[in-house]
Amino acid sequence: MDPIHQFQIVNLFPIAKIGNHEIFFTNSALMMLIAVTALTAFLVIGTAGARPVPGRLQSAAELSYEFVATMLRSTGGSEGMRFFPFVFTIFMFVLLLNMFGIIPYAFTVTSHIIITAVLALTVFFTVLVYGLIRHGFHFFNLFVPKGVPIYILPMIVAIEILSFISRPISHSVRLFANMLAGHIALKVFAGFIILLGTGLGALGWATGVLPFAMIVALFALETLVAFLQAYVFAILTCIYLNDAIHPGH
Amino acid sequence: MADGTRDEGDRTEPPDNEAALSARLKRLGERLDQTSRPSETVSRQTRDTSAFARGFRLSSEMVGGVLVGAGLGWLLDRWLGTSPWGLIVFLLLGFAAGILNVMRAAGVAPDRNLKD
Repeated sequence: MDPIHQFQIVNLFPIAKIGNHEIFFTNSALMMLIAVTALTAFLVIGTAGARPVPGRLQSAAELSYEFVATMLRSTGGSEGMRFFPFVFTIFMFVLLLNMFGIIPYAFTVTSHIIITAVLALTVFFTVLVYGLIRHGFHFFNLFVPKGVPIYILPMIVAIEILSFISRPISHSVRLFANMLAGHIALKVFAGFIILLGTGLGALGWATGVLPFAMIVALFALETLVAFLQAYVFAILTCIYLNDAIHPGH
Repeated sequence: MADGTRDEGDRTEPPDNEAALSARLKRLGERLDQTSRPSETVSRQTRDTSAFARGFRLSSEMVGGVLVGAGLGWLLDRWLGTSPWGLIVFLLLGFAAGILNVMRAAGVAPDRNLKD
């Protein structure tokens, strides 16, 4: 009945001990392992014995490649393709975690901000490090918009820098909040059915059809949101990486 | 511009003709739309698909800016002992950065990646 209960981390078994800290294999780690295994299997089996006329699985694997490749090319140009492995991994990882999270009784890894924050920070530092290595000091042109009068430039630069630093926050919070809110909404509506049924008896179970219809609709919406948020996460990654490739035109 | 060939095509048309002029104006408008769109198509695809997602997107942009500003100001105050000025100044700057983020995300302000 508790809508938050589904996000609880459960320790399954200890795997290591560092200092006084026991490192546990959690349900979150289990879901990630499942997602990575499924993803690897999908791509390996899909591309094994590739034929000119692709089968179903090969077609799906090629589609996922094309999807991410188009996304990267449209934002970062052909140079962006050097980040293809990175973006593809992030996109498929988040997508599978979101999708598996919808399955009843499954744990939604991306509903924990620590996961999304680490992913977003990885992107952030990739942009920072790659931009600095590639362009050196010119990377900071990113913070200096063209055609701004000199007397307000210091303020604009400060705002641009803050805006740059705030990226990982909005990047991570968006994915996390969407998954969290969606799953809580599902649980709350499911709770209504139980409340009606136990409170009103037969009449309650009959009227429980209404929240149940809502759940069906919400499931469809959640499936859309799961894909959409993975897509948004990936496309923002592309946009941010583009800054590292071409800072300040 | 991407299509230089059309520029020359335009120039050969008689400019004194009123209809031709308005047609050229219309084409210019279309072309300006196209050139100012590339970065916006991205946000246009990602938004609108559900208002729910869009709301989250914009609010997280805003909150992110303010949080970073407040956090930085607070840290500076602790290190430099300038309390409360760092917090005040950076909170305001963070607010501005949040607004800038929101305007960029909504496609109202031009993205800095736009080719100029």
